[in-house]
Amino acid sequence: MTIHTGMHAAPASETQIILKVNGAVWRLAVAPWTSLLDALRDHLGLTGTKKGCDHGQCGACTVLVNGTRINSCLALAIMKDGAEITTIEGLAQEGRLHPVQQAFIDQDALQCGYCTPGQICSAVGLIREARATTPEGIRELMSGNLCRCGAYPQIVAAILQAIQLGTGAGAE
Amino acid sequence: MNPFSYTRVTEVAEAVEAISSDTSARFIAGGTNLLDLMKERVEQPGRLVDITHLPLGEIEVTARGGLRLGALATNTEVAYHRLVERRYPLLSKAILAGASPQLRNMASVGGYLLQRTRCMYFYDRATPCNKRIPGTGCSAIDGVNRAHAILGTSEHCIATHPSDMCVALAALDARVLVTGPGGERSIPFGDLHRLPGETPELDTTLGRGELIIAVELPPDGFAAHHAYVKIRERASYAFALVSVAAVLRLEGGSVAEARIALGGVAHKPWRDRRVEALLHGRPATRESFWAAAEAMLRDARGFGHNDFKIELAKRAIVRAFAQASGASA
Repeated sequence: MTIHTGMHAAPASETQIILKVNGAVWRLAVAPWTSLLDALRDHLGLTGTKKGCDHGQCGACTVLVNGTRINSCLALAIMKDGAEITTIEGLAQEGRLHPVQQAFIDQDALQCGYCTPGQICSAVGLIREARATTPEGIRELMSGNLCRCGAYPQIVAAILQAIQLGTGAGAE
Repeated sequence: MNPFSYTRVTEVAEAVEAISSDTSARFIAGGTNLLDLMKERVEQPGRLVDITHLPLGEIEVTARGGLRLGALATNTEVAYHRLVERRYPLLSKAILAGASPQLRNMASVGGYLLQRTRCMYFYDRATPCNKRIPGTGCSAIDGVNRAHAILGTSEHCIATHPSDMCVALAALDARVLVTGPGGERSIPFGDLHRLPGETPELDTTLGRGELIIAVELPPDGFAAHHAYVKIRERASYAFALVSVAAVLRLEGGSVAEARIALGGVAHKPWRDRRVEALLHGRPATRESFWAAAEAMLRDARGFGHNDFKIELAKRAIVRAFAQASGASA
């Protein structure tokens, strides 16, 4: 497999780690205080994952780590050495949108779009967790993703569509 | 964040040694609270000791029939564990009432116990705070204190412990297993957190170098009669203004055992065993529950913006007991 190298050279204070991001293996050098979010955006150039509050409150930075949704702003990259990470860039397969991405388009579930990568990654995680099947359950288990445009009804409809398709979890 | 060194450990003894030999070092697991505080420069450790590779993630039945929650089990793993859902539903509900799914996927049992206050003055380095820098004063006592404590406060600090899970663990009489330079010990849950008193910078009674390795639940989870009532500023993903964990054992229509733990009102999950004893033998009625609620808040004191919490807590207690007893609230 091809091993990619991050954009930054490694000063002495940095440590080599490996991240498996969207199926590609990246070798990169990070300082201990580099968040997973900053590693993805600044070291790997994967800017689809957004920095909103940078304090775990807004959910814009949500990614899947070993299949589980987390806030990448509150994770240290060095602690995720060897982990498999899926970001918004890794959801589409062979030119086909992930069912959750397609559902967001079908249901018009965004306005400005800034929270959308986090919303979609969070929704993929929610579907994998299989704990929400109703609009009420979806609202509760999407509470970690804020949308300042207020597209919540459409977001819930999109996730419901993906759940009803029954394919949301499998295609990730 | 300040620059710091990073040490990854794979054995418990190694973790204790790494902390004991460097006074600026802190353990890190989920990181959801510590990294947030480091971004605010409220916490500035010189070294982080990564304990996530320690073998402390198991959830298993104990020899005496209780349940042992490994310190590294995540909030999500505990809340959705089939034995927790079936035997300790109060704990499951309390955990799911807190944080967001993403944070629950990260936060560990041990770290959650050590979650620090969400007092905004504690977070705001531009204001005095005795918890952040001892001796500088408390900005909350005469400040904006809507979220602050009404029980067990001191003239030095009126911060609250923000946890939901700990409120349930207090009501369930859990024990906290720790290890450290002096060996292992088991702490009754009520003795883990402390009141602010003269030293609000100390949240817990843990000693230097001690590491939480597990939380142990006793066999009785009060699955038949329990309630977790959380009142907050919005429907989800907010800290409690007041929360109540209530459990009952009923015999006939009477209370054989009652426990109440309050969250959002004090520097620790608040229990008062004398009040619980008042309910023993009493009929499980709203009148009994009101009497207990009045007694529970008898010594409460508001600081202006949070005066409403006293009445709110009473009503929440009555509602929780009504739910736990099976009556409609």
